[in-house]
Amino acid sequence: MSVARPLPHDAAPLHVTGAARYVDDIPAPANALHLAFGLATIARGRIAGMDLDAVRAAPGVRDVLTAYDLPFDNDVSPSLHDEPLLSDGTIHYLGQPLFLVIADSHLAARRAARMGVISYEEETPLLTIEEALAADSRFEEGPRIYQSGDTDAAIKDAPHRIEGRMELGGQEHFYLEGQAALVLPQDNGDVVVHSSTQHPSEIQHKVADALGLPMHGVRVETRRMGGGFGGKESQGNALACACAVAAARTGRPCRMRYDRDDDMVITGKRHDFRIDYRAGFDDDGRLLGIEFTQYVRCGWAQDLSLPVADRAMLHADNAYHLPNARIVSHRMKTNTQSATAFRGFGGPQGMVGIERVMDHVAHTLGRDPFEVRRANFYADRATRSAPQRTPYGQTVEDGIINALTDDLATRADFAARRRAVDDWNAANPILKKGIALTPVKFGISFTLTHLNQAGALVHVYQDGSVQLNHGGTEMGQGLYQKVAQVAAARFGLPLGAVRITATDTGKVPNTSATAASSGSDLNGMAVKAACDTIRERMATCLAERHQAKPGEVIFEEGEVRIGGETLSFALAAKICYENRVSLSSTGFYKTPSLAWDRIKGEGRPFFYFAYGAAITEVVIDTLTGENRILRCDILHDVGSSLNPALDIGQIEGGYVQGAGWLTTEELVWDGKGRLTTHAPSTYKIPACSDRPRIFNVALYDNENAEETIYRSKAVGEPPLMLGISALMALSDAVAACGAGYPALDAPATPERILAAVQRVMGGT
Amino acid sequence: MAIKKHELSVEVNGRTVRAEVEPRMMLSDFLRHELGLTGTHVGCEHGVCGACNVMLNGRSARSCLTYAVQVDGAKIETVESLGTIDKLHPLQQAFWEKHGLQCGFCTPGMLISALELLEKNPKPTREEIVDHMSGNLCRCTGYQNIIDAVAYAAELMAEQANG
Ligand code: FES
Ligand code: FES
Repeated sequence: MSVARPLPHDAAPLHVTGAARYVDDIPAPANALHLAFGLATIARGRIAGMDLDAVRAAPGVRDVLTAYDLPFDNDVSPSLHDEPLLSDGTIHYLGQPLFLVIADSHLAARRAARMGVISYEEETPLLTIEEALAADSRFEEGPRIYQSGDTDAAIKDAPHRIEGRMELGGQEHFYLEGQAALVLPQDNGDVVVHSSTQHPSEIQHKVADALGLPMHGVRVETRRMGGGFGGKESQGNALACACAVAAARTGRPCRMRYDRDDDMVITGKRHDFRIDYRAGFDDDGRLLGIEFTQYVRCGWAQDLSLPVADRAMLHADNAYHLPNARIVSHRMKTNTQSATAFRGFGGPQGMVGIERVMDHVAHTLGRDPFEVRRANFYADRATRSAPQRTPYGQTVEDGIINALTDDLATRADFAARRRAVDDWNAANPILKKGIALTPVKFGISFTLTHLNQAGALVHVYQDGSVQLNHGGTEMGQGLYQKVAQVAAARFGLPLGAVRITATDTGKVPNTSATAASSGSDLNGMAVKAACDTIRERMATCLAERHQAKPGEVIFEEGEVRIGGETLSFALAAKICYENRVSLSSTGFYKTPSLAWDRIKGEGRPFFYFAYGAAITEVVIDTLTGENRILRCDILHDVGSSLNPALDIGQIEGGYVQGAGWLTTEELVWDGKGRLTTHAPSTYKIPACSDRPRIFNVALYDNENAEETIYRSKAVGEPPLMLGISALMALSDAVAACGAGYPALDAPATPERILAAVQRVMGGT
Repeated sequence: MAIKKHELSVEVNGRTVRAEVEPRMMLSDFLRHELGLTGTHVGCEHGVCGACNVMLNGRSARSCLTYAVQVDGAKIETVESLGTIDKLHPLQQAFWEKHGLQCGFCTPGMLISALELLEKNPKPTREEIVDHMSGNLCRCTGYQNIIDAVAYAAELMAEQANG
C-alpha cells in the first residue's frame, strides 16, 4: 500500500533538474508588465503631498496609480477591511505601499518607485507595546481573558511564589521564494491569477472585490510555493490585487514580485510578545495557580492577529495541567508591519511563557527542571483516573506526554548527560554547558471552526489513470505527495497512476488556507471521500456483471479482483466507462466534534493534540556570549505516519526554524519605526553550520486516538516548538555561572546571553 | 531614453550565446529572462542565500551579484546542465532519494555548491561538507538531509568512477 511509506517528494525530479516552476518562472507573453510599490518612509502621519512626475517620467514606466485610481475596493485585509492596498492618505507604518508603478521591466518599476517625492504631516509613531499601552491603542475593546479555578487564591495560599516578565521577539518568515503574483486578463473582463499563496480562495475573493467581479470571474492557480510558513496566508493579497487592477487597466498580463528588502519591509512577521507571569507552587514545583498576561504586538492592521493571540492563550498550558489559571491577552495596535501568521500561529509564544515559568520555578526550588515539568504534566491516556481539563475546558483525552518524554530521556541518555553537563560546568570556568528537555502539546484544528472543511475533485480516466485536485497548497511540506499516496491506496494503484494537479479555485471552490497544520488531515479526508465514491460506483458496476456483492470487489496492486477473476484497473475503468458509470467525483470533509466559543474561552477548539519532546545540549562562551547547539534528540508524535520521511523532514526543519527564532533571528526597528534588519545580511536565519552537530530524530509510535486519515497526525507546526528546548538549554548554561536566575529573553543573541551571564554572576 | 547595450558572447551549458544586454543587467536576470533558464533562482539578491549559484569557469559564483557583461567570454553551467530526468547526475539522484529538499527553491544553488565541492574534493568528510555548504541557505529542511545527500552523492560518484 502506498501510505506509510517514506516516498520522496513528488516533484523532486523537477526540483533537482531546475524544471519545477514557481510563479516568477511561469512564462508570460512578451508584452507582460511589471509592478512595484512606492513605499512610505515614515511610520505614522498623513500624506501632505505626492509628486509623482519623476516616477511617471522614468524610463520604461507605463502608468502610476494611487488610491484614487483604484476602480473598486481598496482593501487587501483578510479580516477587518482595514488594510488599504494603497494608502488612502493615512500612513500606518514605514514601508506601507503608497502608489503603484507599472513598467516594462521589474528593474524599471523598482527604480521608478523610489523617485516619488512625498511630503508628510508626521505624527509620533507608536512602536512598542509600552507605547501602545500608554495610548490604549489596541484591537478589540479590552483584554481577552480565559480562566479556570480560583487563580488569585491559589497563588496567595501557595507555599512558594514567583513573578517575572519575558520579552519575546518576532520572526521573519524568510521563505526563500519571495512573494509573487502574475495576472493574465481573459475574455469578458475575467482574470486568471497565479499566486504564491497558501490561500487561493482568499486571493480569489480579494481580487474579485478589487475588480468589482463576482468570484466566478477570477480563477486562482497555485502549483507550489518556495516556502510559506504562514507568511503567504494573507500577505500575497496585495500583489495579486495590484496585478489584477493593473491588468484590467492595461489589458496586458501583469506580474509582480517583491525583492527581499521590500518583502521584509512590507510584509508581516511573527508577533512579538511581552509575557508577565505570577505563579504559586508547592515544594515539588507543582503549579497551584498561574497568571499570564500576554501583550501582543499586532502591528497596524488586524490581519490574523485575533486568532493568533487566541492560540497563544490556548497554548499557555502547553503539556501541563493548570487547575487554577488566568490568561489575559492584550492585542496592541502599533505603527509597525502588520504581524501575521507564522508556523505555530501564536502557539509558540504561549508555550515559551509556560516553559519559562517551569524553568524559573525549578531554579527557585533548586530542582531539576525536568522533574518540575514532570510534576505538572497532564496524565497520560493510559494511566489517567479522572479527566483533566485545559484552562479553556477541553478535556485532554489523548495524553501521552509522560510516556513520550520518559522514552526520549532513556533513548538520549538524559540523566547521565545531565550529570556530565554539571561536572563539565564545575570544571570549566569559561565555557559553560546547558541541557534541557521540553515537551510540546499542540492543538490541531483551526480555532475558527468553520474553516475546518475541505473539498477535493477526483477523476478516473478510461485508461485507468487518476487525476486529483484538492484545496490544499504545496509549499514544500509534501502535502501533494501525501494526498496522492492516499488516493493511490484507495484505488490500490501504484503512485505513478495518480497525477495531482495545481491547486485551482476553478476545480475546488471555497477552500481554507493551507494552515494550522491541517493540510493532510482535511484534504486527505476529502480526497479519500471522493475516491471512495468512485470506487463504490465501480464496485457496484463490476459486481453486477459477476453476480457478486460490491463489498466483494477488491482493489489491490493495480488490479481489481471479483470472485475468481482479476482484471487490471485500467480495464475495470474502461468497462465502467462503457457501462456509463460516472468516474468523477467531488469529496468533502468537515472535522467532527468541534465546538468553541472564543469570546468566553470555552469548549473544544481542537480535534486532537500532537505531542513531541526535544532535548537540546548547548555550550556558551561566558566571555562573549557566543554559543552553539551541540546535540539535539527529538521524539515526535505524528500518529500513524502517512510518510515517515516527509514527517522527519518537517520535524528537522521545524526544530531548526524554532531554534533560529529563539536564538539568532533578531528583528530590530529604530526609533523612527524603520526595520533595520531588512536583508539577509543583517537578519540571520540558521545556516548549515548552525544546526546541531548531533541530530537524532525519531517518530513516536502512537496511532491517533481520533479517526483521522489513516490515523495520522498533523506535522506542519508542532515541531517548531521543539526549538524551545534550545532556549531553555541556554538558560541552563547561563544559570551555571552564578546564583541568580538568568531570565533570558528571546532571541537569546550573544549580547543577551552575555548580559544574562553578568546578571547571574551578580546574583540578582 | 535608450540605454546603450553591450555585446556579449558566453558559453552557457555548452552552447554559445550571443546577446546584447543593458550594462546593469545581472547574470541571474540574463539567465532567467533572456535565456529562459529559470532553474537558477533568486532568493535574496544580496549574495547571501546562494539560491542563484551557477558555475562560472568551473567555480561557483553568485549570479545575483555578477553583471551579465562580466561573463563575456566565460563558460557558465547552470542546474539545467547537470542531467535530465531520464539521466540524472548522481547529485540530483542523491538529493531526490535522500529527501534533500522540501520546497526546492534552494535546491539548484545547493546542487551547484555541492558540485563544486565534489569536483575538487571527491571524498569530503561531513565537516568539510558542512563547511562548504554553509554559504547556501535553506529555510525548510534543517540541512540534515542536504548533508546526507551530498555525502551519498560522493559515494555514487565514486562508484561510477570505479565501475
Ligand atoms: S539570490 Fe544570489 S545569493 Fe541570494
Ligand atoms: S527546500 Fe525550501 S529553502 Fe531549501
